[in-house]
Amino acid sequence: MTNEWPLWEIFIRGQHGLSHRHVGSLHAPDAEMAILNARDVYTRRNEGVSLWVVKSSDISASAPGRKGPMFDPSNDKTYRHPTFFDIPDEVGSM
Amino acid sequence: MYAQEVKSTGKGVKALEEMSAEERAFQERIDAGEKIEPKDWMPDGYRKTLVRQISQHGHSEVVGQLPEGNWITRAPTLERKSILLAKVQDEAGHGLYLYSAAETLGVSRADLIDDLLAGRAKYSSIFNYPTLNWADMGAVGWLVDGAAIVNQVALQRTSYGPYSRAMVRICKEESFHARQGYDIMMKMAGGTAAQKQMAQDALDRLWWPALMMFGPPDADSVHSAQSMAWKIKVMTNDEGRQKFVDQTIPQIEYLGLEVPDQDAVLDAESGHYRFTDPDWREFFEVLKGNGPCNVDRLRARNMAHDEGAWFREGLMAHAKKQQIAAE
Repeated sequence: MTNEWPLWEIFIRGQHGLSHRHVGSLHAPDAEMAILNARDVYTRRNEGVSLWVVKSSDISASAPGRKGPMFDPSNDKTYRHPTFFDIPDEVGSM
Repeated sequence: MYAQEVKSTGKGVKALEEMSAEERAFQERIDAGEKIEPKDWMPDGYRKTLVRQISQHGHSEVVGQLPEGNWITRAPTLERKSILLAKVQDEAGHGLYLYSAAETLGVSRADLIDDLLAGRAKYSSIFNYPTLNWADMGAVGWLVDGAAIVNQVALQRTSYGPYSRAMVRICKEESFHARQGYDIMMKMAGGTAAQKQMAQDALDRLWWPALMMFGPPDADSVHSAQSMAWKIKVMTNDEGRQKFVDQTIPQIEYLGLEVPDQDAVLDAESGHYRFTDPDWREFFEVLKGNGPCNVDRLRARNMAHDEGAWFREGLMAHAKKQQIAAE
């Protein structure tokens, strides 16, 4: 049915200084209405100071099935973590 | 509960060694307490059962607006009216969170709503009972939302990520609902003899349907085992009902009202109340569509949907026109 309102993903910035976070989705005819609907659906109790809406069909995502090849390499490089290096106590905090 | 008789696969739960490699890896993730996310592999039965449960839950929130909406224009004060309006608006929001979670499983919201409007989908039996007077607004908020909280707090631990996150949001808002209901009950139970009588009457009528909200007894709940194994359900019907009774009876006593069940007594040994089962024949009749308000509820939903069609279509036509103008 082409007359169905498209789906939008909703992102809210909780308070100044934090990033926008995904909170859910809703249907709306256009971006302006998506913002108004998101205000009513997702911010009835001071949840946010800023809203982003993105058409769901415009989001590209990594494939869950390729989670291994995609993210495993970040685990092999333990030297990226500061705890990899032993610094003597005498040196003080570093 | 808000989804009282969700059909699962109808088959027994498979042992790990009977499962395919994929099913087994999936079950092990669930047993380890991992959340399943929309694009992850999942057994067909898991997806179907979730769609049924989440959509029934969503429909219950949406239809649940009607018994209370009935009293918005007749609230006794402007403050009570504003509170009730905010509560009913929350229910609409809860329905939308749940439809949004159901859609991540690859179903269309329009199809789910069509199923409700055509009478093919179920929603909680509780909303097929009438709200006869203002005391019912107190009893509904206190008992119905109180029962819902018991179930929904547990469901925050459900295995499907989007469903679990919807429950977290809902639980944050739900305790306002129960408290505003109890506040009405305290006012009425502490009022004139006639007001106290209204409070007692509302409690008497809604007690049994509230117990039914948790669904049939575990022994008769054929689809529970698979749903529990998949952690789509995380508490049995009887466990939820017991928890609700245990928390509610002291609240009744505080109000100075009579518990509608003569046989409800605290079992000192177990620390739980013993109580009488509701009439399960009535429950199954209401579920089949023969409750006091089933026809009214569906008629009201269909009317709202049909009468809003021009508005939904008009906004869509406007959006399309703007888009063409911009191109």
